[in-house]
Parts: sequence; structure tokens; C-alpha cells
Amino acid sequence: MSTTDLTNRLQEAEREWEERTLDPTLKKMPESRKSFTTTSLMPIERLYTPNSLPDFDYESELGFPGEPPYVRGIHATGYRGKLWTMRQFAGFGSAFDTNQRFKYLLEHGQTGLSVAFDLPTLMGYDSDHPFSEGEVGKCGVAISSLADMEVLFDGIPLEQVTTSMTINAPASMIFAMFLAVAEKQGADLKKVGGTLQNDILKEYIAQKEWIYPPRQAMQLIVDTIEFCTKEVPRFNPVSISGYHIREAGSTAMQELAFTLRDGIEYVQYAINAGMDVDDFAPRLSFFFNSHNDFFEEIAKYRAARRIWYKVMKERFKAKNPRSWALRFHTQTAGVSLTAQQPLNNIVRVAIQALAGVLGGTQSLHTDAYDEALALPSDEAALIALRTQQIIAHESGVVNTIDPLGGSYFIEKLTRDMEEGAFDYFRKIDGFGGMIEAIDAGFPQREIQDASYEYQMAVESKDKVIVGVNDYVMEEEPRAVPLLQIDESTARLQGERLRKLRSERDNERVAKTLSDLTEGAREGRNTMPLLLECTRAYATLGEMCDALRPVYGEYREPMF
Amino acid sequence: MSEERIRVLLAKPGLDGHDRGVKVIARALRDAGMEVIYTGLRQTPEMVVNAALQEDVDAIGMSILSGAHMTLFPRVVELSREAGLDDVIIFGGGIIPDEDIPRLKELGVTEVFTPGSRMEEIIDFIRKNVRRATQPA
Repeated sequence: MSTTDLTNRLQEAEREWEERTLDPTLKKMPESRKSFTTTSLMPIERLYTPNSLPDFDYESELGFPGEPPYVRGIHATGYRGKLWTMRQFAGFGSAFDTNQRFKYLLEHGQTGLSVAFDLPTLMGYDSDHPFSEGEVGKCGVAISSLADMEVLFDGIPLEQVTTSMTINAPASMIFAMFLAVAEKQGADLKKVGGTLQNDILKEYIAQKEWIYPPRQAMQLIVDTIEFCTKEVPRFNPVSISGYHIREAGSTAMQELAFTLRDGIEYVQYAINAGMDVDDFAPRLSFFFNSHNDFFEEIAKYRAARRIWYKVMKERFKAKNPRSWALRFHTQTAGVSLTAQQPLNNIVRVAIQALAGVLGGTQSLHTDAYDEALALPSDEAALIALRTQQIIAHESGVVNTIDPLGGSYFIEKLTRDMEEGAFDYFRKIDGFGGMIEAIDAGFPQREIQDASYEYQMAVESKDKVIVGVNDYVMEEEPRAVPLLQIDESTARLQGERLRKLRSERDNERVAKTLSDLTEGAREGRNTMPLLLECTRAYATLGEMCDALRPVYGEYREPMF
Repeated sequence: MSEERIRVLLAKPGLDGHDRGVKVIARALRDAGMEVIYTGLRQTPEMVVNAALQEDVDAIGMSILSGAHMTLFPRVVELSREAGLDDVIIFGGGIIPDEDIPRLKELGVTEVFTPGSRMEEIIDFIRKNVRRATQPA
């Protein structure tokens, strides 16, 4: 029989099944609801068969692992050669506190570091700035200068452990401090590896930690890309992040589309600055959320790889296969964790983590079960790490590559994700680019609408959240021990900063800061200038302030 | 009719940018017929209270997910009392550990809504507690 005959035969067979078996069953026992949807409220069919995938062509649509279009993964051996990096995001209190947590995690088998900074640091304020009051060390570690960074990495060899830093608006200042510590340790910058989040576009879209306006902030990012390419080649200068877009309430498809479109924007800006795409694109990495809806998430990751391959090859004409292959980090969905019956979160996290692994993630953070209540306690952080180890060593999912590849359902969802993302790309291109779309409030509004719709689905119990809108217990089973952070970090930081400002060479500080302002005005790369400021122990706030006269400040319009 | 509408100021004091919750609440309160003024991100307690004065609101709702609630909520209460906003109710929400709630209430926060609170609860709470609580729902 020809392929067309086979297709027709199978469609006929499915119709026959519906009449013969399905319809009588539905008459006797209707389904529990009218429509079935994913967490993102995307409708899902009753059954997927080869009929769901017209014109499916294995070679061009999926290919083989380590080869275009990378749907089945970017490594020829999947996880058989190397497991994902278990990288738990940690940071709280002072640099002393976090340094201890890092050592604790490394001792228990964690394989990379990931730094969470407190809000003042994320916003570029020193710990003793008036805006920092009440926030110092609360949701991450407080870092105001090189002196703090030295404490943070004390006893941790930066040439050997890779470090990821979640920092955006003041990413280049924090990166300069990090590199200065590496220098002091005697590390070879060519060997220092890690990831800087440094993704400002998603800040305007979702997380909202900004300093400068978008176009000026892009200049800083282009500077870090250029600097890393030349000086710190094993460092990923940007981790293009969908995580926060999702947490802000987007659907899985919006997360995918806006993140990859942000990626396109960075690539375009770097090319516009005169760089060759293949010089920097291999070092771009991505960061996605893993939410509750298992298959939707897996399809999202698989589609991401296929889309990025096409974008890099067709839109940017990249020639290096390493520019085509999308690498990503995954974090389980903080927003899905419930304050009610918190131990249930261990189960949610395990399912989400498994989706990340089945989606082919390169590194993974599993949330601690107590995160809807506070920052993770030691015990909760350890269980989160153990969850990854159980998936890696006990579940058997690492034995074969992309075990869900070829599932009619997964492949159809992967196709839908890809189509939806390209639709969004066309809309955003229609604005003139992502920054123009952000100016117009487009992604922001799309996310707000999606999050409202989801909340309404929860309120109406169309979506059940166990322990929150169903299976509620009047008496919570047991209180969990929470990590408490008091104001002592703020006092400590205040003292350290006073001491620093009195002991350092303030003339040198002033000189390096004015060089920074001037250099930025002249359009020179800011990274070497920031390194000079850092080495002189200029504070984070001082460096950020030095660029304000040149770049201005961002004010969010109301959407 | 619009004269009798309940007026609510929603605010994000502090540095955290997590505005998903506050925006959903703003929309739900509007859908429930209230007049909602949202301050936007990163408001100091002084800015929040000034806005409450200028907008002649019945309630101030604050959202904090960063852990700074023990500093910022009481400050807003204190400043609003100093400004003579005695009949304005103050409520809050966010990532707030249960053990902090009694202390916040002692300090003058009328109610604290933690994750998983239903919109209806928040709407009912406002309707029952504000001075303009007389009009039919």
C-alpha cells in the first residue's frame, strides 16, 4: 500500500473505532468534563494517533540526538554520558551565611553553584541605601562590593566549580566582582565557567527588576557578550529566561515564544554591534520553568530546540552547529507551590523535575517544599536535591535518550508549541522587535490576561489545586520549620560598608568611577572599566549610579 | 452611584517586582464594582500613604513577597494614622509566615491574606469592613 493509502486506511479505522467502541461507551458513561485542558488552558484531545500527525517525517522533524533539529536532545548519548548538572539556587543573609550553604550543598553532592541575590543587590542598591531597608539578605545574599564577593566564594575554587549568578540589571557590575575574586584566587579566566543571567528583556516583561531603560540596558549586555567572547570564553554571558515570564502568569507557549524572541533580540543587537553570530551564539543559554502539566512542559522543551535551530540557521545564517543547539537550565515552578499542606510540594517538584529531565535539560534546580512560606531551610533544600538524585539514579529515565520521542501526543504538542511560538514571533516582528513590543506593552498584557484567566479557572474549580481549592484540611498536618532572617544582616552590612568606605583608597575609587561614566558616554566597552572600579572596591551602588547620568532610569508605563 | 463606590488603593511597597498577584486582585476588585487605584512598583510607605490621602480611599491593600513585610506594613499603618486616615482599613498579602500575622494585626493591619486566598474572601472582607460598607453588593 502507498503512504496515502495507509493514511486513509488509518483514518477510516479511527472513525470505525469511534462508532463501534467509543460512542456506546460515551452514551453509557459520559466523560467527567466537557473539555480537558493543560495548566495553560490549552485544549487536549481524547486520543492521539498517527492521524494527529499528518505528513510526519521522522528524519526532518525529529532527527537524531546531537544533530539538527535537536528535538531528541543536543548530546549524542543523552544522559548516558553525563547527567544534568544539579544546580540548586541558594542565597540568603550575608555572604558568610551563603558561603556556608554553598559548602553544605557541595558536600552533599551538588555539582554546580547558583547564587540568589537579595533585592537591593538585584536593583543595584547597596545594603545601606534607604530603599534597602527591610530587604537586606531576605530573599538572597547581600552583595555590595568585592569585599562581600570575596567572602561569598571563600574556599571555593572558581576554576573548578561552575557558578551561575541570577542577576540582571546590575549583572555586569556583579560579574566584574566575580571575575576580580577569580583573579585573586589565581584562576585562569579562560578556564572559569558559569552563567550570568543578564537577561534584561524579561525584566521589563515579567520580573520587573530594572535600572536603566531597555535600549541602554542592551548596551551593557552587548558589552558583556563581547567581553566574555574574548576574555572568559567558558562563561555563558546571557541566560535567556522564560522562568520569570511563566511565574508572572504566562502560558507555556507564551513562555516559549517570548523567551526565544528575547533571544533573537540579543543575537540581533550583538550582530548590529559588529559581532559574528558564530563567535558568541554557542555561549547563549536558556532557562525555562517546569510547571505541573507534565506533557505540555516536555513538548515545550523539545519545541524550543527545534525553533532555535531554525532561527539560528535560517534567520541568522549561523554556520557553527554549536550556535544551533539550544542548551537550557530548568527550575521547577515556584508559583505552583502551595503554602497549604506544604509537604505535598515535594510530590509536585518531583513531577516537574521529571518533566525537565524528559525534556532534556542541561541543568536543574528543584524547589524546596517550604518555598511558598519562606526561603528553604537546610532540610527542605536537601530533600529538593535528593529528588534529583532519585530521578537520576532510581527512576530509569536516563537509560535511553528522549524516551517520549515518537509519542503521538508529545509530537503533536511539540508541533503545536512550535507553531504558536512562530505566530508570536510574527506579531512581535510586526511591532519592529521585542523592545518595541515591550514599549507597546504587548507581552506584558498577554501575560496579565493569561494569569487572570488562570486565576478565574482556579476560583471556579475548573482547575483543582490539591489542598487549596479542594481536599482542604481545616487543621494543617504539621508546621514546618522555617528559615528566619532577621535584621542582623542589614546591621552587619551597614558596618562592613562603613568600614570599607573609610579604609579604601577613595581617590582611586572616584577616578575609576569617573572613567566609567566617561567611557560609557564614549561608547567604550564597560566591562574593563567596571573591573577597574571593582578592584578599587567601589560599591555596587556607586557603579550603578555612575552610569545613571549616561543611561537614565526606566519608568514603567501603566499597562 | 459611582459616588458610593468603595475605593481601594493597591500598593507594592518595597523592592520586589512580583506584581502578578496584585494585578489579578486589582482586576477582580474592579470586576466586583470597586474603584481601584494601583500605585505601581517600589513605593515607599510615604508614597503609599500620600496616594491614599489624595485618592480618598477606604482601604489600602499591600502586597509583599520579599520578606520585608514586618518593616513595611507597620510603617504604612503608622504613617496613615499620623496622617489622620483612621477609618481607612489596611490589609496585606504575599509570602507571609503564619507566625508573623498576629504581630502584624497587633500593629494595626486588619487582615493578612496568604497564598491560596480566594478572591471572594478578599472582596467580602473589604465590603464588610470599609466605612462605605452600606451599599448593596
